Amino acid sequence: MNDLTAAATAAPPAHRPKLSFAWVGVVPFVAFAVLFLILPTLQIVTGAFRNPAGEFTLANVANLFQPSILSAYWISIRISVASAFLGCVVGFLLAWAIVLGGLPSWVRSPVLTFSGVASNFAGVPLAFAFLSTFGRLGLVTLVLRDWFGINIYAYGFNILSFGGLTLTYLFFQIPLMVLIVTPALDGMRREWREAASILGASGFQYWRMVALPILWPTLLGTFALLFANAFGAVATAYALTGSSLSIVPILLFAQIRGDVLQDPHLGYALAFGMIVVTGIANFIYIWLRTRSERWIK
Amino acid sequence: MKPNRFWSWIFLAIGVLYFLLPLIGTFEFSLKMRRGVYSLDAYQAVIFDPRFQATFGYSVMMALATIVVGVLLVVPTAYWVRLKLPSWRPVLEFVTLLPLVIPPIVIVFGYIRLYNTSSWLPLTGTAMGTNVLLMFGYVVLSLPYMYRAVDTGLRAIDVGTLTEAAQSLGAGWITIMWRVILPNVFVAVLSGAFLTFAIVIGEFVMAALLNRPAFGPYLQLIGANRAYEPAALAVIAFAITWGCMALIQVVSRFAPRPPAQPH
Repeated sequence: MNDLTAAATAAPPAHRPKLSFAWVGVVPFVAFAVLFLILPTLQIVTGAFRNPAGEFTLANVANLFQPSILSAYWISIRISVASAFLGCVVGFLLAWAIVLGGLPSWVRSPVLTFSGVASNFAGVPLAFAFLSTFGRLGLVTLVLRDWFGINIYAYGFNILSFGGLTLTYLFFQIPLMVLIVTPALDGMRREWREAASILGASGFQYWRMVALPILWPTLLGTFALLFANAFGAVATAYALTGSSLSIVPILLFAQIRGDVLQDPHLGYALAFGMIVVTGIANFIYIWLRTRSERWIK
Repeated sequence: MKPNRFWSWIFLAIGVLYFLLPLIGTFEFSLKMRRGVYSLDAYQAVIFDPRFQATFGYSVMMALATIVVGVLLVVPTAYWVRLKLPSWRPVLEFVTLLPLVIPPIVIVFGYIRLYNTSSWLPLTGTAMGTNVLLMFGYVVLSLPYMYRAVDTGLRAIDVGTLTEAAQSLGAGWITIMWRVILPNVFVAVLSGAFLTFAIVIGEFVMAALLNRPAFGPYLQLIGANRAYEPAALAVIAFAITWGCMALIQVVSRFAPRPPAQPH
């Protein structure tokens, strides 16, 4: 059994005076993680570099650089950047309003609770909610049309598009930002602000020279996390657009279902590309997070 | 500080508007099935649909199985690592964070390739095997939340002293787990469990790609073919998520407080 040997080699060195079998206690967990998390992922990663005969090749990865797939990655990245950026900005303003904005204290707890709910409310139901609100017969669409004479669809808005998908993703991006940045804003010491104003700094100068430099790693890190969050989301996009908008997760979904490409190794490469993108984003998040912890406990 | 507060209210109002409109819109749409009047027809159509009952029941069973397996896997491991293998904690942290890094669609793709009918462990060959595989997939998806909840719960109690006390009274490992550790982290486990429940009920990708009759794929199917029922289903799904989060809030009031700082 591979797992046992893996656990054994990683166990504390045997030359310690008391030889312990404590590592046996984590064998079930390690075995589970290896079988249902590590090995499946490795299978995909190695598959991306193999041809159907099992030989090493870069052809699959090279095949990603065809126009249709590149454009799918490009749309995915744009949607993820747009929804992560807007999520960060709006979420930050919202968190600022409830932490430092002088709002009555009873506002804070409902906002945070709701953020906890909404950040977990992704997937198919979220798509339905936005279809019945911003779709062709949705509440907002009809209200704008009948009361204000504005037909948003005549202006080129479409819920099944880049803009529509970004608008929908914001429903779980903003709350996630609020949840992550609120503790950081809580950690901003009163004394910093007072010290700045004693030295004659204006509010703007305080934000530009003190607050933002301290918050910067948190903000950038959260941006990376939100990016990964949007990039890996399949269900919302699939339920919203079917396969009409080809973003990477939907392309991969169709590929696994066997609808289109008929080349499993291109599927491996697609999935590998997704891991690379979300992996980089998450790495940036973790790295910046450890940096921001120097200031904000 | 007047302008300050003014902008706070503006930001809050924009936020509230953005988050309330889709909820109101969905609810309003779900009531419009009968022409001209508001009615609960869409809810009736949904709830009496045998496929709704079947898929919802299936997902509830999967969620419960996921919670049981997740607890059996995570609680002893987190306890053991705290007690005997503190050097392993970063490893466990890292592994339990991986499901947030690797998209679920990639994990399930790996399952399909690794456990297909011609592999060494042909789990997808039978319906039962696929159910088990899907449940393991859900355990993986819930790992980040479950592990963190349990680890936080363990931090609040003195694991070493409790264990030594139990051992000196003659308790074995199973007794310690079942009668000492689990009751102490029960609240933490519950909040992890509710989150797991909410995740599993709405999960779409894994169930769809493993071809299991779960609630998520049913939702998607209804969404593609009907007009008003999806809105009713979205309201129901939101109510479930909201209910789970409310239960987390309620049970966390009963959580043991972290031990006071040593003098």
